[in-house]
Amino acid sequence: MVIEHTELKRCDVINVKGRIDSATAPKLAEVVNEIVEAGRFRIVFDMDGVDFISSAGLRVLIGTQKNCKRYNRGEVVLAAVPETIMASLELAGFTPLFKIFKDGVSAVGNF
Amino acid sequence: MPTVIFPGRYDSLAKIADLVKKATQEFGLDRLAAYGVETAVDEACSNIIEHAYGGEGKGEIEFNYRIKDDFLIITLQDTGASFNPKSVPKPKINVPLKQRQETGLGLYFMHQWMDEVKYDTAGKTNVLTLIKRKG
Repeated sequence: MVIEHTELKRCDVINVKGRIDSATAPKLAEVVNEIVEAGRFRIVFDMDGVDFISSAGLRVLIGTQKNCKRYNRGEVVLAAVPETIMASLELAGFTPLFKIFKDGVSAVGNF
Repeated sequence: MPTVIFPGRYDSLAKIADLVKKATQEFGLDRLAAYGVETAVDEACSNIIEHAYGGEGKGEIEFNYRIKDDFLIITLQDTGASFNPKSVPKPKINVPLKQRQETGLGLYFMHQWMDEVKYDTAGKTNVLTLIKRKG
């Protein structure tokens, strides 16, 4: 898994490539926790390059969403979600909990 | 195929996934169904490491698959603590964000993506069988 983090004026964009499983989810959690601890709560999670996400990765997403939405200070939005991963999100009941955009640019425009 | 033994570590998951992809391809599943099987096996192996062994590097996972008629049958064996699936409550899916629990999804995924999930014990060995039916 490769994580790219871009800090924009209005939000932070995280691009992940590869697998998010129990081996790699802790690294993703570390990156998002650093962003949140820096007081930045508007996060775009661009999933274009994600091949696979397990429940360990979904736990990072939901935990971050809870944290960012607290006190209405921000939110996590998802972009460019591959069809297979969308099926997992739907099965997990996550689709009502995140705004989902077709690509990173429109997700950034949400903020 | 011959049984393949992996160390019970999270970095084995990607290697196990490669074998699962080979199996689903050989079986002729479409992309979404294949992804589902990959998810179920990943969740099962993560549970073995985390719950049966109580952490990484405590034991091994034996992986095997066979194709019989319209069924792909994957078996995973470990020698950790045995598991009672009834002890894990079903996650509440349709609830607001604040009430979402962050655990229990793995087992739920296994049951949702596979047609059958069976737990057996043979002596000190736990045998998990995951079955996917074609079509």
